[in-house]
Amino acid sequence: MVKVIKLRKGLNLNLAGRAALEKITIRSNGHYALQPSSFVGITPKVLVREGDTVKAGDALFADKNNPKVLFASPVSGKVVSVERGERRKVLSVRVDADAQQEYVEYGRKEPARLSGDEVVESLLAAGIFGYINQLPYAVSACPDVKPKAIFVSALRDMPLACDFEFELKGQEDDFQTGLTALSRIAKTYLGIGVSQTSAALTGAKDVEVVAFDGKCPAGNVGVQVNHIDPVNKGEVVWTVEPTAVLFIGRLFRTGRVDLRRTVAFCGSEVKKPAYADMLVGQELNTLLSNALNDSRQVRVINGNVLTGTPTDKNGFLGAHTSEITVIPEGNDADEFFGWIMPRLNQFSVNRSYFSWLLGKKKYSPDARIKGGERHMIMSGEYDKVLPMDIYGEYLIKAIIAGDIDRMEQLGIYEVSPEDFALAEFVDSSKLELQHIVRQGLDMLRKENA
Amino acid sequence: MSFLRNYLNRIKPNFEEGGKLHAFRSVFDGMETFLYVPNDTARTGTNIHDAIDSKRIMSMVVIALLPALLFGMYNVGYQNYLAAGTLASASFIEMFVYGALIVLPKIIVSYIVGLGIEFIWAQWKGEEIQEGYLVSGILIPMILPVGCPLWVIVLAVAFAVIFGKEIFGGTGMNIFNVALLARAFLFFSYPTKMSGDAVWVSTDKIFGMGNQLPDGFTMATPLGELAQNNIPQASLCDMVLGFIPGSIGETSVIAIAIGAAILIFTGIASWKIMLSIFVGGGALAAVFQHAGMLPIEWYEHLALGGFAFGAVFMATDPVTSCRTECGKWIYGLIIGCMTVLIRVMNPGFPEGMMLAILFGNMFAPTIDYCVVQRNITKRINRSTKK
Repeated sequence: MVKVIKLRKGLNLNLAGRAALEKITIRSNGHYALQPSSFVGITPKVLVREGDTVKAGDALFADKNNPKVLFASPVSGKVVSVERGERRKVLSVRVDADAQQEYVEYGRKEPARLSGDEVVESLLAAGIFGYINQLPYAVSACPDVKPKAIFVSALRDMPLACDFEFELKGQEDDFQTGLTALSRIAKTYLGIGVSQTSAALTGAKDVEVVAFDGKCPAGNVGVQVNHIDPVNKGEVVWTVEPTAVLFIGRLFRTGRVDLRRTVAFCGSEVKKPAYADMLVGQELNTLLSNALNDSRQVRVINGNVLTGTPTDKNGFLGAHTSEITVIPEGNDADEFFGWIMPRLNQFSVNRSYFSWLLGKKKYSPDARIKGGERHMIMSGEYDKVLPMDIYGEYLIKAIIAGDIDRMEQLGIYEVSPEDFALAEFVDSSKLELQHIVRQGLDMLRKENA
Repeated sequence: MSFLRNYLNRIKPNFEEGGKLHAFRSVFDGMETFLYVPNDTARTGTNIHDAIDSKRIMSMVVIALLPALLFGMYNVGYQNYLAAGTLASASFIEMFVYGALIVLPKIIVSYIVGLGIEFIWAQWKGEEIQEGYLVSGILIPMILPVGCPLWVIVLAVAFAVIFGKEIFGGTGMNIFNVALLARAFLFFSYPTKMSGDAVWVSTDKIFGMGNQLPDGFTMATPLGELAQNNIPQASLCDMVLGFIPGSIGETSVIAIAIGAAILIFTGIASWKIMLSIFVGGGALAAVFQHAGMLPIEWYEHLALGGFAFGAVFMATDPVTSCRTECGKWIYGLIIGCMTVLIRVMNPGFPEGMMLAILFGNMFAPTIDYCVVQRNITKRINRSTKK
């Protein structure tokens, strides 16, 4: 029997533009780019030069702080350029793909026969270890510190999120192999939703399956860790997103680095929202061209509306991105006396608006903040959407004040910025909570280094 | 409305840095965001936001206050006509208009002085003006007796806004409820204008309306009578409906209950605080009655004076009350008990609600600290057990 954990707090947002459960084929234009910013907390050291030829699986850059951690190229071809920004910060390494793909052969292995260290070595060599994150600090994991446990959340419940069960179809063996490989390193937990019925999830072997019954953010791996086995000071857990488990499984089963992922192309500005198979780093205009409503300025988001980063139409698919969401930008809305209007077409969790009357209506929000930034006034807003045993408001205040001791006491080691995404959405004071939490985590990481 | 938007965009550069009207930047910003929701889009974090904001919350509180305010205006007229003995011949409209004419100048003065100070302060600090005073501005006249002169209100508002809020950092940073600070300042600095028996009924004609009452006319509130060891003459019905003398907004429990329903339903005020205040006050009043110290019924204390008004609108101010859910119960109980304690035990203070809420505001951070400390201890114990 799968253990079920019920979560009472949270909020499901009903947005327009959910991707239909069918795949569209998009043709690649051959332009790819791997962006170090996709891997939080690493300082990239570029290992290739312009003009170098690489195979799929060759390292493009490494982490300066952990030189063993390499980052593999999704395609084989020629390195076109290394884009740098202010102060020579590496923005991306661009590769133009060959018509015929060549792969580095890392050799097929059976994870069940390997030790944990051997699994880690294989992942490091193949350049996909960087897809594993860790708590505390919600950064790319360090391979030298053994985790007390590994957590995978197969439940994606952010608004318009890619349905992992749909992605999993046909790849069940890769997924199980990936889980088995992780289980060799440390005890592995697989978090699923109560509505997920795929046998590959409910009957996954070598892992402890825990079902979560609750609204968003029940699918956040940080929330799941908090309920299964919270992180104490000095402990480390690894968190792996489910598509990365597929990458790991494919590496051991085929011996190759295959960074193909299923992406939900969604949002109110997409003509026909659907799924598409893309490679990490693929240029987005392959997906976007002629696919959007032309009416107004749009925001293309690498990810979902709550945790994703805005990108432009010529951007590239992020390493951990499973959705491309397109919403109206809204910077020309000029809403007259908005704060006193009924605003029937705008969602609010607060019952001073009328969203609660309109039942299952789908909303098409734009990117406006809809108010000025204020000090914290209302109490209890964050707690209603943060199903963790943490006083969110007090933690945020401790971070703003830079009080490191207090942050530790209040549980900074247990959170990642995405856990505060819904709180940031409902916040009437419009504080940039995810940004604040990231600053707090970076502060702690620097302090404890 | 695009002509208005275009006009605003055209004159905006005058208020920017270096423009000739730069000194009025905060006023322009305030007006602009009042008329149009800012078009700023999210830069970091979530890409979409809930439609709720500070302006909406404050305006909901003002809407919730309107029943009490409107009834208060009517009651000002009612008490005046009742005292003059002309109640039978007066119409509802006459009494309401008279009351409105008496109360409106107080509200206007409160807003002008309060918002004026806030605009100047925001300009000086180079910050955006915040909406906190929208609520305090209407609360201050509602918790004052009708006989309070306008110049006294000016002083109180200035004191409360500057020393109660702005020096702490503005809206969201104050420790004490701003409106109550204004009242406390007046209570201790100008006691004759704020208490006693001469201030609770309006005694002057205004624009030819109302009745001129004789100089030295006095009418005690029920709480005032209690403090002098007399049984109040008002019936329970009058107390609940609100046809008794008192501060402008506090008399009608029914009107306050409508406001409470609006606030609880929209989730803006905490029902836990309201309920625990009533429970605490009622329980202590019942104890006093049992001990023979109460000449009235215990439940009449909940309908008298500022008890209901304070419980619903003042103690539930999210900034100055407890912020943890567990703490809210304790905070409410303390305020309810303290109010009845002051009323019964101290004849010098017929009304205890103001002091009880300020007392509660003082202890709210401590209560929250204890609640959060429990969470911290649990975390430490969990990590040391491993």
